[in-house]
Amino acid sequence: MQLIACPWCGPREEVEFHYGGQAHVPYPDSPAELSDEEWALYVFFRDNTKGRFAERWNHTTGCRRWFNAIRDTTTYRFESVYRLDDPKPPVTELARSRRSTAP
Amino acid sequence: MSPPFRTASGGRIDRATAVEFIFDGQTLTGHPGDTLASALLAHGRHQVATSITLGRSRGIAAAWAEDPGGLVQVEEPFPEPMLLATTVELFDGLVAHGLPGQGRLADVPDSARYDAVHHHVDVLVVGAGPAGLAAALTAARAGARVALVDEQSEAGGSLLSGTERLDDAPALEWVAAAVAELAGSPEVLHLQRTTAFGSYDDGFVLALERRTDHLGAAAPRHVSRQRVWRIRARSVVVATGAHERPVVFADNDRPGTMLAGAARTFLHRYGVLPGRAAVVFTTNDSAYDTALDLSRAGVHVQAVVDARPEGSPRRREECEAAGIRLLPGAVVTGTQGVERVTHALVAPFADGAVGAGSAIACDLLLVSGGWNPAVHLYSQARGRLRYDEVLGAFLPGERLDGLTVAGSAAGVLDLAGCLADGRRGARAALTALGITPAADDRLPAAPESAVPTAPLVLWRVPDTSGADGSTSFVDLQRDATVADIARAIGAGLRSIEHVKRYTTIGTAHDQGKTSGVLTSGITAELLGIPVQDTGTTTFRPPYTPVAFAALAGRDRGRLFDPERVTALHEWHVAAGAVFEDVGQWKRPRYYPRPGEDMAAAVLRECAAARTGVGILDGSTLGKIDVQGPDAAVLLDRLYTNMMSSLKVGSVRYGVMCGVDGMVIDDGTVLRLAEDRFLVLTTTGGAAKVLDWMEEWVQTEWPDLRVHCTSVTEQWVTLPVVGPRSRDVVGAVFPGVDVSAEAFPFMTWRDTSLEGVPVRLARISFSGELAYEVYVNPWYAVAVWQRLLEAGRPHGITPYGTETMHVLRAEKGYPIIGQDTDGTVTPHDLGMAWAVSKKKPDFIGKRSFARPANADPLRKQLVGLLPVDRETVLPEGSQVVEFLADGELPPPPVPMLGHVTSSYRSAELARPFALALVRGGRERIGETVHVPVDGTLVPAEVTGSVLVDPEGARRDG
Amino acid sequence: MSLGSSHATGTPPTPGADLPEHPDLLWRDTEPKRTYDVVIVGGGGHGLATAHYLAKNHGITDVAVLEKGWLAGGNMARNTTIIRSNYLWDESSGIYEHALKLWEGLEDDLGYPILFSQRGVLNLAHTLQDVRDSVRRVEANKLNGVDAEWLEPDEVRKVCPVVNTSTDIRYPVLGATYQPRAGIAKHDFVAWGFARRADEAGIDLVQDCEVTGFTTDGDRVTGVRTTRGAIGAGTVVLCAAGHTSVLTDMLGIRVPIQSHPLQALVSELLEPVHPTVVMSNAVHVYVSQAHKGELVMGAGVDSYNGYGQRGAFHVIERQMAAAVELFPVFARAHLLRTWGGIVDVSPDASPIVGRTPYENVYLNCGWGTGGFKATPGIGSALAHTIAHDEPHPLVAPFSLDRFVTGALVDEHGAAAVAH
Repeated sequence: MQLIACPWCGPREEVEFHYGGQAHVPYPDSPAELSDEEWALYVFFRDNTKGRFAERWNHTTGCRRWFNAIRDTTTYRFESVYRLDDPKPPVTELARSRRSTAP
Repeated sequence: MSPPFRTASGGRIDRATAVEFIFDGQTLTGHPGDTLASALLAHGRHQVATSITLGRSRGIAAAWAEDPGGLVQVEEPFPEPMLLATTVELFDGLVAHGLPGQGRLADVPDSARYDAVHHHVDVLVVGAGPAGLAAALTAARAGARVALVDEQSEAGGSLLSGTERLDDAPALEWVAAAVAELAGSPEVLHLQRTTAFGSYDDGFVLALERRTDHLGAAAPRHVSRQRVWRIRARSVVVATGAHERPVVFADNDRPGTMLAGAARTFLHRYGVLPGRAAVVFTTNDSAYDTALDLSRAGVHVQAVVDARPEGSPRRREECEAAGIRLLPGAVVTGTQGVERVTHALVAPFADGAVGAGSAIACDLLLVSGGWNPAVHLYSQARGRLRYDEVLGAFLPGERLDGLTVAGSAAGVLDLAGCLADGRRGARAALTALGITPAADDRLPAAPESAVPTAPLVLWRVPDTSGADGSTSFVDLQRDATVADIARAIGAGLRSIEHVKRYTTIGTAHDQGKTSGVLTSGITAELLGIPVQDTGTTTFRPPYTPVAFAALAGRDRGRLFDPERVTALHEWHVAAGAVFEDVGQWKRPRYYPRPGEDMAAAVLRECAAARTGVGILDGSTLGKIDVQGPDAAVLLDRLYTNMMSSLKVGSVRYGVMCGVDGMVIDDGTVLRLAEDRFLVLTTTGGAAKVLDWMEEWVQTEWPDLRVHCTSVTEQWVTLPVVGPRSRDVVGAVFPGVDVSAEAFPFMTWRDTSLEGVPVRLARISFSGELAYEVYVNPWYAVAVWQRLLEAGRPHGITPYGTETMHVLRAEKGYPIIGQDTDGTVTPHDLGMAWAVSKKKPDFIGKRSFARPANADPLRKQLVGLLPVDRETVLPEGSQVVEFLADGELPPPPVPMLGHVTSSYRSAELARPFALALVRGGRERIGETVHVPVDGTLVPAEVTGSVLVDPEGARRDG
Repeated sequence: MSLGSSHATGTPPTPGADLPEHPDLLWRDTEPKRTYDVVIVGGGGHGLATAHYLAKNHGITDVAVLEKGWLAGGNMARNTTIIRSNYLWDESSGIYEHALKLWEGLEDDLGYPILFSQRGVLNLAHTLQDVRDSVRRVEANKLNGVDAEWLEPDEVRKVCPVVNTSTDIRYPVLGATYQPRAGIAKHDFVAWGFARRADEAGIDLVQDCEVTGFTTDGDRVTGVRTTRGAIGAGTVVLCAAGHTSVLTDMLGIRVPIQSHPLQALVSELLEPVHPTVVMSNAVHVYVSQAHKGELVMGAGVDSYNGYGQRGAFHVIERQMAAAVELFPVFARAHLLRTWGGIVDVSPDASPIVGRTPYENVYLNCGWGTGGFKATPGIGSALAHTIAHDEPHPLVAPFSLDRFVTGALVDEHGAAAVAH
């Protein structure tokens, strides 16, 4: 069980938090204009990164605020937490760059 | 009279007090301070159990949790399966017996209490041996907040087992002083009988305190028997010591065979001689202490058999002075005896080869193959291990943030070194925390010890002619042998995990405490690869077994999950209500009168609501206060229908969908002001809907000026339902014009009752004329009783959830979660009218346009009327096509859908049901079949609204 | 010199405490060849079963199973071995019932004592909605030819006397569904049985062989790069469960699964006390007493994504509370070991099986907590799919494109059983 550093409250026990999956997946501007495939990507498809992952958490039994975190899904260790209005650290790009199809 | 193997003096037992216990039916005595094992040994009893598959006799082979031999079942004071005789503290009235492999659970519930405590510290020290005490003192003297936990009944660790001296006095005097100093430090929590069994992220350590087990029947009832400590430490010092390791040889399981260090523990700590004539077999210097101490205590040490070519030159003189025969360059190859060792078979050993041997008579065979640091907590915290060639052991291989291993757990095996390493570990922890170590953190001086002769790493005595390793036990608890490992490797296995699974080594009660490293070593040897490459299997929590009930703690029975009750709960109980669990809520299901079953009560309650007046406690409905200039914008985005057009003073029904377009909740919305709404949700959906709103507002639409707050507990909701409801509500709240004209359906009005604010809303979940009364829970009983009083002339009848369900089902109102299952759209429910076509978007809208949503065979909510007018179709029944011959074909039988709600209707004078049926609306008027208990019940498909489809009553 | 003497007491072994012996030879230690007709990535239960059925049913033996660690060391070694087919939807009960029928003959097929014990499974209902959902599932099962019954609390007690059916617990047992043909098997034995048969057929089982990349040519994958060199492939099958995303990321294929830690635990060996399998969602428990006598229990899924094969302890504590609530006699049983696996969870709690954008790559993932029980079923269906280059009818509904059309097989709300 981890200590999670809520950006608003400070470190609190993991049981106080609710996991919210991948961060930085905005609701599409105009869903009506999306193809079924594009809409399905928004509804169902999330990255499942092994390694450093930008994800959402909610301090459910504390301040009830959502925030983002960079966490390593292999070690579970939180590398950073940041508020929703903070810019995304350049981590998911790093993870994404590994995803390439070999020639 | 003292038992035959009890020494005349010494030990940490209370010789003045005798306790009586029964083992295997035999009444025996011991002393407080004994363990069951030491008390048995005092009576000369080594054999405790029989092995699980081979039925071989097994005895006490160690002195604490690493013992693979002495498994017992406790029967009194309360049955507890599979404990180690070495860890059961003796008390008066203990009844136990040896185990043949499986424990037995009590057949009655355990009435003991268990609890858990959270604790936060700067430094947690695990282990109160020399290293742990040094660490705890160092941390405490620096002013840190410290916890020291230790699994034994008293502090001292290995010092309890020996005769070591510190500052030229018995070491235990220093231990006592250290304990006293810690006790005087206000920021120190010191717990004995407390085993740290799990080490998790961020310094989270679980420890089990055995609070009353050692008291037996005298344990006070009000004290929890065991307590789980959930310790969050900024830094952890693991000073858990080391387990001695045996060497494997033929028939090494015979009772009387014991780890050398354990014999020393039994002698010094418990005042017990584990035998009269001992052979000591070792590969390192530590066992010489045992040999010499036993010799001094009067045990005849027949020989020290040392596998090293030169033995221990350093200890030769002492041994010779004591008259102990030294056999360097020799090994024990086997044992003889029936239920107890009578001879050790000893043979010369040089360059890995075993020569011809001879038998040495003994009743005690002590073995030491070196020491395995207890790295469990470090490893659980994901610390990598490295194999140390010199020690033949796995040691912590890296530095971990916030966790330091110190003392013999880190491979430091001498007393002075352990003290210094404990202090080093604590200082490192303090420095990392920014705490300055105290200037004076002096530790006692340990006598200079000569550098020991290097140990020999010997996993097993090589096979001698005729031996196939099939009695050379690696894991005594699993009856697994060298032959089994050889067989696994012969079968093609290379991974230590496969070898473990093939042989089952390490899967038993001790989880491989003595057998794990041996298996790595022997496997590596047989494969001809380095031990480092073989590695170990994974160390997993718990370090030692923990009772389920201890982990359950107080979260049992009514405390398993919170019970939520409404402000009227006591009234419902007094009225004889039968309750239903709805989420965490207790809701009255119906109020039976004497002689009534549920069906009769519900028919009566329904009739009252349809023809007179009924009253319901609807307080569990979720209520969310949504405020802010953009409140209407938010609701427009979350509901499928338009909420912004709702007028202040009015009420609108709405449906919410997930992004996948499936209905997740429904309810009514009251517009309280331009910038304020009261959102009603289902009972079960209240928290989810609030979370849903918060998630969207915070993560997607932070620009919206809106706030959402749960007010579920701030209002009780009392629907007054039926043709006479107007009379009742009008009588109780004379300040409100309750006429249809002044107070129409789907509006709300505020009023007050003797100064208490009350809100009335014309909302109907029954299809009848109805008023919902909202009031602060503080006044719930008073208002409820006023309503009952006013309704008495009209026969007002309290009704429960069952009647509520019937009434709403007759009107075709779905219950989300009962008539839906997460695969149902508003259109499937026949609620296209509640889906806005004007709004450009709302949550779920885009999903309605997916191909599967256009399938004409989607399931749709319809009514079903059993043709026989008799059968109440069981909820959950499946619907199939009408089968002309009245017989089900062989499976698979295509299914059209299922019955979601089904009741007997007082109003219709027949049973009816709601069902989700493929292309259901197209089937209205058709007959389908519903299999019920092996017969096919024909049912007519109808629309879902069966009572007052025009809504005349509701609107009246 | 004689070694030892005859043994002491000769007490007979504890009934059931012993396990059958494994064979003297399990599999060859192989070096991978340069190329194979079929490369199966993932040497767990599904990969090994697929290999077996490729050889047995289709005569396809130029096959390699590539395993990054030790064979069957992932979820196959970590699951709680429950086997049942009483799923709600036709599509789900179809594949799981196909599996169950194969389980019933698997010991003979594999020539391996897999300890398949059809001791039945009870799925408890604790709320009126649980009851409705349970009856719905039982009725659907019956019409699909799956054995299923609804039991009232007194009947539950007859099947499993140690379940607390009293009304004074927080969520009383209102009844249960019962599938008599359900049961448990010994997971390692199953995996090794498949592995041995595949090995006998000449299929190469290659361990310590992690796939690090793919080589492609247009819409085809031509081979895999591994820690043991490049291997050419005619067809590639991904059977990597929780690690599927790591592979599909390399291929640029998006798959809607999330990998979560799932913990399980065992007690010490106990005398027989629990004769069946009991599962409950409301009071989260699933427990059986395995062959040697240990209680085997699954805990809840940890909420966050994780590849660490470990979870948080509060999940275990909650699990113990639920266990003692439903089985008061378990109070003084002891937690002996906990561990974790990685479950690949899909949005509709159903597997994802079938074609990918690469014409010669097949996908098999998203089994969540249901993978073990499906092992022979998916192995045979996947082998059929590969042999015919056409999804087997039983896996066709589980295609990746259902997330685009919306034709999900949603086992969440309806089935009232998650495991």
